[in-house]
Amino acid sequence: MSAADTLPSDSDTTPPQPRGRLKVFLGYAAGVGKTYQMLDEAQELRRKGVDVVVGYFESHGRQDTIAKTTNLELIPRRKTEYRGSIFEDMDVEAILRRKPCVCLVDEFAHTNVPGSARLKRWEDVQVLLAAGIDVFTTLNVQHLESLNDEVWRITGVRVRETVPDWVVDAADEVVLVDLTAEALQNRLHRGVVYTAEKAKRAMENFFTETNLTALREMALRHTAHEVEGRLSSVAAPARDACQTAARPPEPPARHDRILICLTERPSSAVLIRRGKRVADYLHADCLAVHVQRLAPSGPKIRYDALEKHLSFARNLHIETHVLRANDVARAIVDFARERNVTQIFLGRSSATNLFGGFCSTVHRVVRLARDREITVVAERLR
Amino acid sequence: MSQLSNVHPSVPRRPSPDELLDRVQAEERRARRGRLKVFLGYASRVGKSFRMLDEGRRRNERGEDVVVAAIQFPLTPDLEALMANIEYIPVLKESYAGKEYEVMDVASIFRRHPRVCLVDELARDNPPGSRNPKRWQDVDNILDQGISVITAINLQHIEEQQDEIQRITGKRPKETVPERFLRSADEVVLVDAAVDDMLQRSGSSEPVDVRRLSELRELALLLAADVIDGQLENYLRANGVALRWGSHERILVCMTPRSDAEAMLRSGRRNADRFHGSLLVCYVRQGALNAKDRAIMDANLALARELEADIQVLEGEDPIDAIIRLAREQKATQIFVGHSAPDPWKEFWSRSPVDRLIKAATEFDIRIFPHPQTS
Repeated sequence: MSAADTLPSDSDTTPPQPRGRLKVFLGYAAGVGKTYQMLDEAQELRRKGVDVVVGYFESHGRQDTIAKTTNLELIPRRKTEYRGSIFEDMDVEAILRRKPCVCLVDEFAHTNVPGSARLKRWEDVQVLLAAGIDVFTTLNVQHLESLNDEVWRITGVRVRETVPDWVVDAADEVVLVDLTAEALQNRLHRGVVYTAEKAKRAMENFFTETNLTALREMALRHTAHEVEGRLSSVAAPARDACQTAARPPEPPARHDRILICLTERPSSAVLIRRGKRVADYLHADCLAVHVQRLAPSGPKIRYDALEKHLSFARNLHIETHVLRANDVARAIVDFARERNVTQIFLGRSSATNLFGGFCSTVHRVVRLARDREITVVAERLR
Repeated sequence: MSQLSNVHPSVPRRPSPDELLDRVQAEERRARRGRLKVFLGYASRVGKSFRMLDEGRRRNERGEDVVVAAIQFPLTPDLEALMANIEYIPVLKESYAGKEYEVMDVASIFRRHPRVCLVDELARDNPPGSRNPKRWQDVDNILDQGISVITAINLQHIEEQQDEIQRITGKRPKETVPERFLRSADEVVLVDAAVDDMLQRSGSSEPVDVRRLSELRELALLLAADVIDGQLENYLRANGVALRWGSHERILVCMTPRSDAEAMLRSGRRNADRFHGSLLVCYVRQGALNAKDRAIMDANLALARELEADIQVLEGEDPIDAIIRLAREQKATQIFVGHSAPDPWKEFWSRSPVDRLIKAATEFDIRIFPHPQTS
């Protein structure tokens, strides 16, 4: 997402608080060393005299990690009672009062205890950044919203705690913490990451060599994507004629605009993630539309499900629209033309109607919009 | 000669007996050999030597017999601390034609025969008359003796990356290591660092340096991802596991003489590049083409080759079935097809092929491209 969203506006009369910088230590599993490296850099800053505190830290009982917190100031956790149990969470208010220069916040994707001021830890981090505090945080690649379906297909695990991509895209730095899958498995064997029993279960399920290697590749590729995203804001140098690449020059890039067609069906979540991911990679605009059928004979719409999809899309910074029309396919195509959409994304669920015929919305959109690119998104089952 | 005849039809293949034998022999050789671990960085001072020595220190503390066989002096205090308890086999200083060289003392390493050998600056050249012209070849010999090696290399010294390196930095390092040696490693670890931190270390804030370092960093990340992708495939093959979905995009463009292949190919290339994925192009041959269609297909194939696509020509009664089979085999994630030019007399594919593909190929994204005559 554009940096402009997070910048203070020029019209403010009071000089705006400079926003803190966000640095993300990205890994692909527990135990690769994200927290360790984050603490290592914090120690280096402390030695240089920078005012750095630990806002939240999860040791998981790892001795070498705990040793890395020596001499670092820890902000005590806030204790909350919920249904008779005591939960501990980051104390945002205390950090704001303390106002350090740099604050370490472990486990960026964490969901806060019910009843907290904000639902997610990444939202707490936004508050710290807005107060001008620099934040170091840790994240595993599988918690990125756009990769949720891919991670599920590869590992069979549906990650529940996700972070919208724009939050990470807006980070000033994303640094990969790399470790080979083999070395991670060795760490598990030696009991460095989890207790013996938990390690054994982990290796039988999520921490298989195939899963870890695939996730690691994903983390490398995603970091490359983040680096590339930041590159586009750096001026390109003039190049010598002799340095031109071997490949024929790409015709001037057109501006892509992607339209995601939502329904109330569950598969819309996959459609939204996929459409948004493609839009991000193509640096395209992204819109979403839902067309309600006016005809009374139409199926009854489950508004709660639809509303959930629309708000999910908005959370990912997708502009949403709801239209009402008799002819759904025609309304989609007209809207696409009106808004100069270059590519229409449709779900497969709507490819078969009650009669399984070709008069379904997908086939009609394909027929009506022969002048646009149309993507029919896969039903990706495991 | 027609270009079509240059392209071999693809047939799903089993390994030949010779290939199987090669594989078994390679595995046996590998079992006797030491293990190679490489720390890959995108620039100097990114922290490769630190990671290498730190791993050596930890192994040493766990009781493994570790020696340092090459390291760049003078050491920074943190590197010196890491090396404090590790044995060092000094390099031999030699000069040739007025140039100073540091050569690993391979003979002493063989005699000492440690379990693990740490080798910094893998890309170094040896002077003429040495055991091997290159340090990486010395490492290869050490591995053959059953000694494991942990080493560090800067991306800029990978032979196959030289064109890109020159494009980014304007320089071409003289000392290089072939990429296949990197790919032969048992483990490759990327040593990443924020560009800002690198600039701080060098005291620069020039946009040119930001761009240069960022481009090198991206290249290193993608190279590492690619090496790992290869390792994953080897692992899956060796264990007979099928991974239906990899973690990178594979785009399959289906060409016909009747659709706008050029737009699909260019978009396919652009999408593959943006996703750092791969581009695959197929054409289903159905009987003989007339001269005009043949000329169109030749031009399309030439463009596909120019765009560095992997081209497959399929034979099949039913193009839809052939395309789906290929897409599954190649683990495609997206299929690009085009609307045909309106042709009332003869549709190239019978019965609205696009509709049939949408119905049948449920596990892929299908992207349908317009035909220029309809827009």
